[in-house]
Amino acid sequence: MSILIDRNTRLIVQGITGRDGAFHTQQMIAYGTKVVGGVTPGKGGTEIHGVPVFDSVAEAVEATKANASVIYVPAPFAADAIHEAADAGIALIVCITEGVPVRDTLAAWHKVNNLRGPNNTLGRPRLIGPNCPGLITPGQSKVGILPGHICTPGPIGVVSKSGTLTYEVVKQLTDAGLGQTTCLGIGGDPVIGTDFIDALTLFEADPKTEAIVLMGEIGGNAEEQAAQFIKRHVSKPVVAFVAGQTAPPGKRMGHAGAIISGGTGTAAEKMAAFEAAGVPVARIPSEIPGLVAELLQRRRARAKGAAKKAPAKAAPAKKAAPAKKAAPKKAAPAKKAAPAKKAAAKPAKKSKPAPKPAKKVAKKASKQPAKAAARNKK
Amino acid sequence: MNLHEYQGKELFARFGMPVLPGQVAGTPEEARDIAASLGGTVVIKAQVQAGGRGKAGGVKLAHNPDEAYDKARDILALTIKGLPVHKVLVAQAADIAKEYYCAIVMDREKKAPLVMLSAEGGVDIEEVAKTAPEKIVKFHIPLEGLRSYHARNLMTPLFPDFKQASQAADILMRLYRVYMEGDCSLAEINPLAVTPEGKVIALDAKVVLDDNAEFRHKDWDNWRDPAEETPGARLAREKGLSYVKLDGDIGCVVNGAGLAMATMDVIKHYGGEPANFLDIGGSSNPEKVTAALKIITTESHVRGILFNIFGGITRCDDVANGIVASLTASPLSVPLVIRLTGTNEEKARQILNDFGLSATTSMDEAVRMVIEKAQEVGA
Repeated sequence: MSILIDRNTRLIVQGITGRDGAFHTQQMIAYGTKVVGGVTPGKGGTEIHGVPVFDSVAEAVEATKANASVIYVPAPFAADAIHEAADAGIALIVCITEGVPVRDTLAAWHKVNNLRGPNNTLGRPRLIGPNCPGLITPGQSKVGILPGHICTPGPIGVVSKSGTLTYEVVKQLTDAGLGQTTCLGIGGDPVIGTDFIDALTLFEADPKTEAIVLMGEIGGNAEEQAAQFIKRHVSKPVVAFVAGQTAPPGKRMGHAGAIISGGTGTAAEKMAAFEAAGVPVARIPSEIPGLVAELLQRRRARAKGAAKKAPAKAAPAKKAAPAKKAAPKKAAPAKKAAPAKKAAAKPAKKSKPAPKPAKKVAKKASKQPAKAAARNKK
Repeated sequence: MNLHEYQGKELFARFGMPVLPGQVAGTPEEARDIAASLGGTVVIKAQVQAGGRGKAGGVKLAHNPDEAYDKARDILALTIKGLPVHKVLVAQAADIAKEYYCAIVMDREKKAPLVMLSAEGGVDIEEVAKTAPEKIVKFHIPLEGLRSYHARNLMTPLFPDFKQASQAADILMRLYRVYMEGDCSLAEINPLAVTPEGKVIALDAKVVLDDNAEFRHKDWDNWRDPAEETPGARLAREKGLSYVKLDGDIGCVVNGAGLAMATMDVIKHYGGEPANFLDIGGSSNPEKVTAALKIITTESHVRGILFNIFGGITRCDDVANGIVASLTASPLSVPLVIRLTGTNEEKARQILNDFGLSATTSMDEAVRMVIEKAQEVGA
C-alpha cells in the first residue's frame, strides 16, 4: 500500500520533449513507472524514449487512459498545463516547475478545487506542487525528480516542503533500515495544491503507513495547522523537523514561501506548535531516524500487547508522545483501483471525533463518504 | 522584490490612485530643485526599506528650497536600521486630519488575497494586530474579484461620511488592480490619509512584488536599485544562485533551499555560525561554483567553507569539477570541507582525490569538521 501512486499509475509527461522532461522521463521509466505518453503541443505523433507524444492532454488521455500527469513545462506556461490536465480528467497532477507566479497558481488551485468539490478534499483531481520534487512509492512508481536509489519500501510516510532535504532524510531513514510507503514533496511555494494536512490525512488512512516524518520550513503557518491537525486527527506517530532555525527575518530563503514576515513564520513558533501537540521535533535531520525508530517500536509493542489482550501495562512512555494515542480503529478497505481513485475511495475515517475542531480542520475533516464513493464508481 | 516608497507611488499613480506630487533625489541640490518646482512646503523622506523612518529622523518638513537642501543633506547622511540612505523622496506636504491603514496581501491558507483595513493607520500595523486585533477589518477577496460594492461596504463603517468612504473605496479598487495586474504579494497604503478638506490620499506605499512574475513585467528591472544591492548579491542574481548574507564565519554552498537552511541549522547546532545561505540550484556548472566561492569569500570574513551536495539532478562530478576549476583559478586561503553524496559520487571523489582534496559522505561529520578547522584558523 501507499498513497497517491503505485504500480498501476498510468502517467503522462507534460513538456516531455524539453530538457528536464526528457531526462526525467527516462529516469522514471528506468525506475518502473508506467509512463504511457507525453504531451508537447506541435510534437504530436513523435516518440521519445519509446513513449508516444501527443499535441494535447485530452488526446493523450483518450489514447492511453492516463490517470496521472507530471508537469515540466517552463514557468510561464505551467499553470496553463495544470488547467489543461484538470480539464482532461487527469486525477493526479504533479507540477514540478519552479517559478510559477502566485497569481497563476492561485487560479489553477481554484480550478482543481472546484472540479473536486469543496467538501471532497481527498477526491480527484488533486494537484501537487508547484515547485516540488514530486513523489515516490518505493519499488513501484516515481513521479517527478526524486532519486529512486535512496528509497526502499517500508512503513514510513514522508512529507516535506523541500527537495534535497527530503533526499537527505529519506537516505538516512533507508540507511537506518526504515523503509517508506510513499515520500511526497509538496513544494516550497506560498500556494500549493496539496498541503501537510492532506498528506497527513492520506497517510493516516493508509494501512501500511505506521509512522510519519514531516519536514517543514520557515514561512506561512502550514506547520502550525499541521500540528493542530495531528493532535486531533492523527493516531500514528509523527516526527517533525523545521528547516530555517537560523534564518533571518524578511529574507526569502530560496523557496518563494520561505520567508519570515511581520515576525511570523519563524522556525521557533513552528517547533513549539509541534511540541505542544505532542509531536517530537528533531533539531537536526540526523536525529529523525532515531526518533522514528523509537516511536515505531513503541507503537508495535503496544499493538502486540493489545493483540494479546494484555492490560496496558505502563508502556515505556517517557514523555507525552503521540504514540500514546489510540491506535486507528480501522483503515478503509483497500480496493484494487487506480491510485487517485483510491484516494477518493478513502474518506479517511477519523479515529476519534474532534471535540471542538478549528475551522480549517473541520473543513478538512468533514469528508463526504457517500459523495466520494459515488464519484469513485463513475 | 521590495519597492521603495517612490517606486510604489509611481506604480500607484499608473493606476490612477491619488498620491501627492513628488520626485526622488539623490543629492541635496536635486532636492532643492524639486522643492522649488513643487513650491510651498515639502516633505523629505528617506528611501530605505525599513519601518520607523520617522522616528529615525528620516522624514522632515521643509518650508522652502534652501531648507529642503539642508534637510535632504542631513537625511542622505543617515543610516537607518543598518541601511544607508541613498535617495530621498521630495513631495508636496499635506495636512492630515486622520490616518487609516489599507492593504492587500496573499492569504496562503485561505488561497485568496486578503484586504486589511484599520481606522488606526500611520502606526505599525503588526503592533495593532498583536495588541488590538479587533481594530483590523479583514475581507477575503472572492475568486471572481473585488467588486465596488465590496469596497463601499468595507469603507462606509470606517469613515465619518459617505463622501470620504467612497473616495477610500475607489482607492481600494485601484489598489486591487495594482495588486493583481502588478503581480504583488503585498500592496500597502499606510497611512491612507484624510486631509482637513476631506480629501483621501495614499501618503505612503509599500509594495512587494512576486519575483516569479518578472517574466511578464519587463519594467521591473528598471526598479532594481544597484545601490541597494551588494556586488555579491548582484553576482548571485546574475548566476541564478539564491544567496542571503548572514553574520557568521562558516560559509556554505548547498544544492537545494531546504537542505541549505538545514545545513545552516546543523552548523549552529554544533556550535558554529553560518556566514550565508546559498543554494546553487539543480544544474551546477563550474561557473556557478566559482561564483559561489567568490561571493562567499568577498562578502564575509569566513574562516571555513563547507560544500554540502546531495546529488539528485545535481551531479556530484559537476560540482567536483567546478571546485577544482575554481581553486585552480584562485586558491582559497581558508579550509574547505566537502560533503558529496548521490549521483556520480564515485566519479566526484576521484576528481577531488586527483586534485589532492577529499570528501566525506556524512553531513554531520562534514559540519563538525569545518567548524573544527575554522577554529584552528583562529580569529
